[in-house]
Amino acid sequence: MTTATKDQLDVERIRADFPILATILHAKAGTAGVPLAYLDNAATTQRPRQVVQSMVDVYEKHYANVHRGIHWLSDQSTDLFEEARGKVAAFIGSASTEQVIFTHGATESINLVARSWGDANLKSGDEILLTEMEHHANIVPWQQAAARTGAVVRFLPITDDGRLTLDKFDEYLTPRTKLVAVAAVSNVLGTINPVQEIIARAHAAGALVMVDAAQSVPHTKTDVTALDADFLAFSGHKMLGPTGVGILYGKRELLEAMPPFMGGGSMIRRVTTSGFEPAELPARFEAGTPPIVPAIGLGAAIGYLNTIGIDAIHEHELRLTRVAHEVLTAVGGVRFLGPDPEHKSGIVSFTLEKVHAHDIAQLLDRQGIAVRAGHHCAMPLHKRLGITASSRASFYFYNTTEEVERLGRALEEIKRIFRRK
Amino acid sequence: MTGVPFRTEPILTVLSQHALPVAMPLEEDELYQERILDYYEEPYHRGACPGATHAHEEDNPLCGDVVRVELAIDDGKICDAYFSGDGCCISQASASMLIEQICGRRLDEVTAFTGADMLRLFGAKLTPNRQKCCLLCWRALQAAIYSPIAVGPVETESGEKPAGGSHDNCH
Repeated sequence: MTTATKDQLDVERIRADFPILATILHAKAGTAGVPLAYLDNAATTQRPRQVVQSMVDVYEKHYANVHRGIHWLSDQSTDLFEEARGKVAAFIGSASTEQVIFTHGATESINLVARSWGDANLKSGDEILLTEMEHHANIVPWQQAAARTGAVVRFLPITDDGRLTLDKFDEYLTPRTKLVAVAAVSNVLGTINPVQEIIARAHAAGALVMVDAAQSVPHTKTDVTALDADFLAFSGHKMLGPTGVGILYGKRELLEAMPPFMGGGSMIRRVTTSGFEPAELPARFEAGTPPIVPAIGLGAAIGYLNTIGIDAIHEHELRLTRVAHEVLTAVGGVRFLGPDPEHKSGIVSFTLEKVHAHDIAQLLDRQGIAVRAGHHCAMPLHKRLGITASSRASFYFYNTTEEVERLGRALEEIKRIFRRK
Repeated sequence: MTGVPFRTEPILTVLSQHALPVAMPLEEDELYQERILDYYEEPYHRGACPGATHAHEEDNPLCGDVVRVELAIDDGKICDAYFSGDGCCISQASASMLIEQICGRRLDEVTAFTGADMLRLFGAKLTPNRQKCCLLCWRALQAAIYSPIAVGPVETESGEKPAGGSHDNCH
């Protein structure tokens, strides 16, 4: 088998763009240390030099506030900021740039919809349908909206292997269901949910759909227009961009009918002592100075992802996930959370018999392997699975099969530590 | 059966029986040392406390660790102590060590046992996050002393003491 067929992406060349991936950890006097294996990409990804440089360039050459000054730098900054919006719109298939709202992260995007659309449209007895596999960011804002409006939050159950019970969907989708909020990819199980089908069936029942795409946009092709999504949220830092910038996509007629979420500068057409008139999209939902440089950095990240190709990224991650399942199965005593590799993204969560997730993470760290341990902001899901914590290895296109194999060897060593007798 | 005498050796001396040689620096490397794994895999008094008079449960919602402490307190003394719970090696091994340490102690000794003492008893160096795991049982214990449970000592002590009653169970 040649390297080309094993890793179709030129991962070695890609890794040269990410200086942090060459880190050597735990080097002490007389020891060489261990190379970092960064397998915590569902929490946040690393960023390549090109993204960092794009932000340095703005600060050193083009930076001023946007949409404000009648001066050269402000024009430069505004052009770069709006260019980034255009890149995001094209990346997710939005019909227009005005439907792409810059927020500070996916969490804020969901809260924006829950506050603005939720408070204006939900009333007592209405139902919001979530799923048992949602991240807290797609649960709590709806619980808060329910508390304000008298609406009821319901949860579509999952199967034991971590897939949605779509055979029960119609039962949960009632005439009172106003909104379905669902993750395109589960941040714990890795399950790729059939969002297109969910949207079509929800629409047929008269409900809108909010898609939490934080774990899907960085890894698979997203086309909001083909999906017919009403709202879709994601974050920049999970796709090579900086923290502090996220996106809310929404259908134009929905966004235009929604009251502004936060008040302040930028989001108004005019203000008088007796009131205000909100601005057009997208400024309507962008009160205050936006995350200018992070947004431009996100634009550069999308440029980088486009040069790799989102389909090649997905293929590579599927390969790593398959290897992970093989290697971890061979360890013995591993319980996978979530379905087989064919049905999921590059996320492999598991428990190891007799060893707590935090002990696994701590011992893996000694081998230079970074994973997440805990409930991953999905406590209802862990309760459903009958556990309190799990370990999660999550991949991106710069990870190698060798790193995944190291994970397997390290787990074997951990098993030995805890089964001495 | 009469109660065991009060334990009179200074608290923390139990540690010396297990402690590593002083010359060996207690670094994070020793976190999963034999002594700690022993306490984790063969815990001291894990389970329900017969004749419990006081109990408290503490959890750490960030990681899901839970420790419940049950005590049989009589005449200003912890006559028996047990723990139960679920969590990482640090949280469960530290609970095992602490229960062994405080069983048979006077309450004033136990209340004087500080969080810093607990970290010292545990022995291995811990990052601030893992210190929370180590202190979970200590927090549960300190609260349990002030948390009498519904079935009081009067009922338990009327009539014959059950096997493994409120005395002579700390060793």
